[in-house]
Amino acid sequence: MYSEKVMEHFRNPRNVGEIENADGVGEIGNPVCGDMMTFYVTIRDGILTDVKFKTFGCGAAIAVSSMVSEMAKGKTIEEAMKITNADVAKELGGLPPNKLHCSNLGADALHKAIENHLAKKPATGEKGCRCPFCDTPVEGSSICVPCKAQGKK
Amino acid sequence: MAYAYFDHAAAAPLLPEAREAMLPFLGEEFGNPASLHSFGDKPRAALDGARAQVAALINAQPDNIVFTASASEANNLAIKGLALSRKAKGRNIVVSAIEHVSVLEPLKSLGVEGFDITEVPVDADGTVHPDKLAAAIKTDTILVSVMHANYEVGTIQKVKELAAVARRFRIPFHSDGTAAVGRIPVDVVGLDVDAYSFPAMSVYGPKGAAALYLKRGTRISSLIEGGFQEKNRRAGTENVAAIAGFGAAAAVAKAKLPEWSANLTKLARRIFKELPEKLEHIVFTGSMSSRIPGHVSVVVEFVEGEAMLLSLDDEGIAAASGSSCSAKTLKASHVLLAMGLPHTKAQSSLVLTLGKDSTDEDVTHFLDKLPPITQRLRQMSPLYARLQKGEDPYALKPGDECADEHEHEADEL
Repeated sequence: MYSEKVMEHFRNPRNVGEIENADGVGEIGNPVCGDMMTFYVTIRDGILTDVKFKTFGCGAAIAVSSMVSEMAKGKTIEEAMKITNADVAKELGGLPPNKLHCSNLGADALHKAIENHLAKKPATGEKGCRCPFCDTPVEGSSICVPCKAQGKK
Repeated sequence: MAYAYFDHAAAAPLLPEAREAMLPFLGEEFGNPASLHSFGDKPRAALDGARAQVAALINAQPDNIVFTASASEANNLAIKGLALSRKAKGRNIVVSAIEHVSVLEPLKSLGVEGFDITEVPVDADGTVHPDKLAAAIKTDTILVSVMHANYEVGTIQKVKELAAVARRFRIPFHSDGTAAVGRIPVDVVGLDVDAYSFPAMSVYGPKGAAALYLKRGTRISSLIEGGFQEKNRRAGTENVAAIAGFGAAAAVAKAKLPEWSANLTKLARRIFKELPEKLEHIVFTGSMSSRIPGHVSVVVEFVEGEAMLLSLDDEGIAAASGSSCSAKTLKASHVLLAMGLPHTKAQSSLVLTLGKDSTDEDVTHFLDKLPPITQRLRQMSPLYARLQKGEDPYALKPGDECADEHEHEADEL
């Protein structure tokens, strides 16, 4: 039913765990649905230096969480925010059609963790204003030029 | 590698006697049992012989047996056939809330045609109480159907008492015997049921054959029309090979049932005793006192069913689950929900159906492997993390539900 890559990530998931005093925490799903993912991120200078997760769910949900953590680790906030659920499914060599929606929520959970981090940051700091999407210092505008160019607002 | 096949409810190995009985009809004896010429002789004799063997297994007469291709078909025929033949008398049908989908889905179709359905609730161990059934019957009730045993939680129903309630109101009573036949003795005369369905697979026979017992004089509308086969109750040339295998398997089952049941009971008892010694936070579901031999249903809290099944499969252990992720429909088991189990726990269900060839070694292998598998999955589980922090593992936020979403997704399949 699942691709070899899905089964490999299910059997040996990367980055399982929690981060104490994480810079951001994002949770998606709930135990009623059968899938629940919690992502933890450490962010230094706009880079996701550590990503961990805990997941209650089916084989696909666990593999997706593992793959997202691997894809996001070491990326800038901007790059991590661009990871989509479809990218994750593609990296896993595809998911069964009935699992595409309910279990493939890893990127959403990751984005929630990053947004949680950004929401915690003061609007102005020593370095002045920062873009809420990619954490780069900005002047004047509240959104940096690349993020604005992508249509974010 | 050691392995353990604990999913006999899904498929069971074919008895060698059944296979032998089938082979001529997959080879030289290709004739149609309805033919006048001699090519029909042996197929016809095989059908007659199998009918007698299948009838004998449940203390019925050969004339009472209608062969179908599956228990699902037998259930469809019983529900729709009995309801349609009696629609002039009324439009209400009473069933338990934990019937198999092959009973519940035909009822939905009948609902569209103007029948109304009453579901009798079950108690926490999955038992239908005769007084609850009596209370559910209306003046225009024309059919009652309650399964003999539940495939998912193993509970055996008080079919004799339930059938007596229906008899009091002169309403035909059907029972789905799929999970009971081959595991407990079944006597349709003693139970006094009007209709009873079960597949060849229940007695280690082949796929493609099943039986619907109909008490003498029970009128039924045919669902497959266009032939006189099965006394006009089911048209179509019979699957002679599968039915011959069914007959041979039924004969073996009749002789071996006490031996099979004793082994199944002994093995399941080990799991009931030893699993809780090895694993915390588990809840057995279904009745412990009135239970089919060799059936274990358990909620392994804080881990999801499909993840358990995949991990067990890696260890050569085949099992099943009522979790929504492991179901093609993406819906949690209606059986567990009807018993009052919350969705959150239904997601963690594990169902083991042992078989006649299951051994102590199989059980030991399972008991050795499930605890570390569970441990690994719990270490990943945010619910278990909550428990360890002293929080409510199943705490929900406002809006935590997704039944509609799942139904929507299932529609897309």
